Amino acid sequence: MTPAIEVDRLFAHYGDKAVLRDVSLRVAPGEVMVIMGGSGSGKSTLLRHLLGLQLPTSGTVKVLGVDIVKGRRRSMLEMRRKIGVAFQSGALFSSMTVGENIMLPLREHARLDEATMRIMMRLKLDFVNLPGSEDLMPAELSGGMIKRAALARAIIMDPKLVFLDEPSAGLDPVVAAGLDELILELKATGVSLVVVTHELESAFRIADRITVLDKGEILVSDTVDAVRASPNARVQALLTRKVEHATHNPDEFLLALTRAN
Amino acid sequence: MRKLAENFGRDIQAGLTELGQASLLFVESLQFTLTGAARQQPVRLSAVMAQAMEMGIRALPIVTVLSLAIGAMVAIQGIYSLGLFGAESKVTLGAALSVSREFAPLITGVLVAGRSGSALAARLGTMKINQEIDALTVMGINPVRFLVAPALLAMLLMLPLLTWFADMVGLFGAGLYITTTLGQSFPAYLSDLQAALKVDDVLHGLGKSAIFAVEITLIGVVNGLGVSGGADGIGRVTTRAVVHGISAIVITDMLFAWLVIQG
Repeated sequence: MTPAIEVDRLFAHYGDKAVLRDVSLRVAPGEVMVIMGGSGSGKSTLLRHLLGLQLPTSGTVKVLGVDIVKGRRRSMLEMRRKIGVAFQSGALFSSMTVGENIMLPLREHARLDEATMRIMMRLKLDFVNLPGSEDLMPAELSGGMIKRAALARAIIMDPKLVFLDEPSAGLDPVVAAGLDELILELKATGVSLVVVTHELESAFRIADRITVLDKGEILVSDTVDAVRASPNARVQALLTRKVEHATHNPDEFLLALTRAN
Repeated sequence: MRKLAENFGRDIQAGLTELGQASLLFVESLQFTLTGAARQQPVRLSAVMAQAMEMGIRALPIVTVLSLAIGAMVAIQGIYSLGLFGAESKVTLGAALSVSREFAPLITGVLVAGRSGSALAARLGTMKINQEIDALTVMGINPVRFLVAPALLAMLLMLPLLTWFADMVGLFGAGLYITTTLGQSFPAYLSDLQAALKVDDVLHGLGKSAIFAVEITLIGVVNGLGVSGGADGIGRVTTRAVVHGISAIVITDMLFAWLVIQG
């Protein structure tokens, strides 16, 4: 069976700076893969590569079997119709109502009449616990509602693969737990999910496997239990939220400062 | 000195890059307009109409006021300057040519660059920062088809129409002053106007306005999509879009006038 995602020896740079180094991972169909890491670890960059929003310096990225570098425009378009993405900010179009936002992929890709599209939109709004909010503007929604509306838009085309960028960031624990429930319900329908998060509790709850990134490299990519038991000190520092103090040799530090002048 | 040369070189490079981006956006927009429907990626008429409404119809009041004032101003200056040679009666010819060939397209272009060019840059910049452009891309909706082509088509439709409207209003404003000051009847003024104005003069202005339309849209889009940073960045690209838009219009106007007169 074709993996939902297959990344092989991915390298990416911003200018001269390497932001992803030798990243390889696979996401099986129906699997929930959580990508974790601290700030600047490269998880957002990895997500942008998986979505085809950035092209790698080298290596291959295949999403639903389509190579995002070499794939033809037509196959890329076909692939994009089978994926759904909920961005961290929600990325709802501010000039459209919630309902119009959710129906946009249907309007562009499906040949359905207005009544059918509205029914499908209301079903998805019900699924994300936002019934009756189709006529609201995004500016009228709370943070949690925006995330749920973005999720409704991400799943309106019944995708095979859903990407969620920091779904519970900035939400209170109750709302965040509600979103975790939604993710688990989605998983139960056989959808593959890639969730980028730094919320440990949420990650352990929803993940089948966890990939931990640090400084652009994968430290570990394994099952939840294996990640918890990882002997890697950096993984444990992330899991136990231990602050890593930089160790300075005062003499070398002063020397470096003097040299800089 | 070396740093100055490096900065100058960098600016030239950035300018050429933006020119290249604008050219690509123009070609891609045309491709979607002409062949999008066949590829099941049509440029939506509703999106074009919504943009046309915003760029054109909502600009009518301010275009009316400015055109009326410009027409009257041309008449005032014309009567004064021609009066120095005792040739006030030729003011209708001067007003007709200067309004239709120069003032109507220029003032309308500058107004639309300030109004719609800046709005386009701000809108696209905000969409980029809010990841809405990324959202379109991952949904398989090409942002050029969805955002740029409708704006370009609407501008290409509305700016010449606004310019034609500004011609009418400007000449009406000039007529009001000329008839009042010189004691000429309005039908006599219209008759003079008909004799003075050729279709080519109106087309000269409308042709320029079509070029301005492309410039205003592409400058707004390139600036909006090139935004970096937050609200500060949006303010910067909006200002930049207006300054570049107006500069491009004035320079094009001069080149167009020179080329046509040479030809």
